[in-house]
Amino acid sequence: MNTKVLIKVKGLQKSFGTLHALNGIDAEIKTGDVTVVIGPSGSGKSTFLRCLNLLEVPTGGRIFFEGTDITDPKVDINQHRQRMGMVFQQFNLFPHMTVLNNMILAPVRLLKKRREEAVETAMELLNRVGLADRKDAYPSQLSGGQKQRIAIVRALCMQPNVMLFDEPTSALDPEMVGEVLDVMRNLAQSGMTMVVVTHEMGFAKEVGSRVIFMDEGKIVEENTPTELFGNPASERLKNFLAKVL
Amino acid sequence: MTEWIETFKIKFTNNFITDNRWKYLWDGLGVTLKVTFFAVLIGILLGFTIAIIRSTHDKTGKLKILDFFCRVYLTVIRGTPVVVQLLIIYFVIFASVNIDKVLVAIIAFGINSGAYVAEIVRSGIMSIDQGQMEAGRSLGFNYVQTMYYIILPQAFKNVLPALANEFIVLLKETSVSGFIALQDLTKGGDIIRGRTYDALMPLLAVALIYLVIVVLLSKGVEMMERRLRSSEH
Ligand SMILES: Nc1ncnc2c1ncn2[C@@H]1O[C@H](COP(=O)(O)OP(=O)(O)OP(=O)(O)O)[C@@H](O)[C@H]1O
Ligand SMILES: [Mg+2]
Repeated sequence: MNTKVLIKVKGLQKSFGTLHALNGIDAEIKTGDVTVVIGPSGSGKSTFLRCLNLLEVPTGGRIFFEGTDITDPKVDINQHRQRMGMVFQQFNLFPHMTVLNNMILAPVRLLKKRREEAVETAMELLNRVGLADRKDAYPSQLSGGQKQRIAIVRALCMQPNVMLFDEPTSALDPEMVGEVLDVMRNLAQSGMTMVVVTHEMGFAKEVGSRVIFMDEGKIVEENTPTELFGNPASERLKNFLAKVL
Repeated sequence: MTEWIETFKIKFTNNFITDNRWKYLWDGLGVTLKVTFFAVLIGILLGFTIAIIRSTHDKTGKLKILDFFCRVYLTVIRGTPVVVQLLIIYFVIFASVNIDKVLVAIIAFGINSGAYVAEIVRSGIMSIDQGQMEAGRSLGFNYVQTMYYIILPQAFKNVLPALANEFIVLLKETSVSGFIALQDLTKGGDIIRGRTYDALMPLLAVALIYLVIVVLLSKGVEMMERRLRSSEH
């Protein structure tokens, strides 16, 4: 097992005005790990995840990605984001483009890949998620589950070294949650490093290598799924698990 | 009845055929279309630039100084009549230079329509979900690239009908070009009136030409709206 640290977070803080969403987060994301982040609503899970690729600019602390301090203002964050895929709760597909064009836009424009090459990669990924026949569809013609699977493979087209998921199944009808989790499970098995904010405790237990429990802008507990779910140490985690399990 | 037709024939001949007077309308129409077309181009260029500056400021708080100048421009242009703007540009700003009046009109109406285009486009940009910007940025696009590939195409599509209507309005507004003695369509009709002392026929002809163009353009906009809606992606 490779234990290289891919992302290192040190004393991360984020305030929105007077509201302290993150109060000093320390964490390490190791290559190949699936880190699942759980916690009550408003605990700062999304903010933490969005700080990792600087969609939210931290107000304190540092984040090292592949050894580079990306919170350093001199760093060109766009370069680093190319290697960090992100999947949103609301999919955020580009509605004015077909599925295929959604997928090849960034590889062609940013990685300067030839169109044919980008299409080839995209089609392989579409096949993997069983949506090759939808390549010419527009996002509005897809179901929620299909949209999210496309959003995942769109991010994968950039061949990122880590994938960040912010509640990828929360906006889906229950019957579509499974198909998205399947894709994520396969991705994890293929060795992708993943950070997943989710309320799907089953997924956390089954797929997670580490689980982080957050509350009030802090990491309260961090452990393997077996330990964290089986032996919760803090009252807060016990209360939380009692509510969600 | 035949008498009426006879009178009409004589008046028509006098107003449009004699001395090739129809040419005042024809040439005037050419000037009107030319001024409108190039003013539209300037309006789009100016309007998009300002809309991007203003919405960038609204969303990120950057570009404070540019945003300030844009707001001054918008306030002044939208707070004063277009005729006054035209007169100032011709008689004050270009007073000491010998410049083609068509060019002056193009500049004046372009600057004027830029202000209206800017606010239309800005509302289009602001109506695009914030998630689109985040998705673009998360893939590694910078702000400008995300605007260009992702936000603006959607914003443009949303405001296309409003923009088209703005240009129909502009076409009619150029009819005040006569104030700087530019011989546009309206002025052409007015010149004929001055020659023939018949107001009804030349001015009615002018009105009819505007009406036909505006109705045709409006139909075009309607069709475009319908197509945009049916391809609602
Ligand atoms: N852009 C923002 N402006 C102001 N406050 C914000 C912003 N984003 C988040 N917050 C606040 O920061 C705190 C943490 O929010 P965050 O979205 O990270 O929580 P979360 O754990 O993801 O919750 P949920 O499970 O509901 O998604 C909340 O109190 C929230 O209201
Ligand atoms: Mg959240």
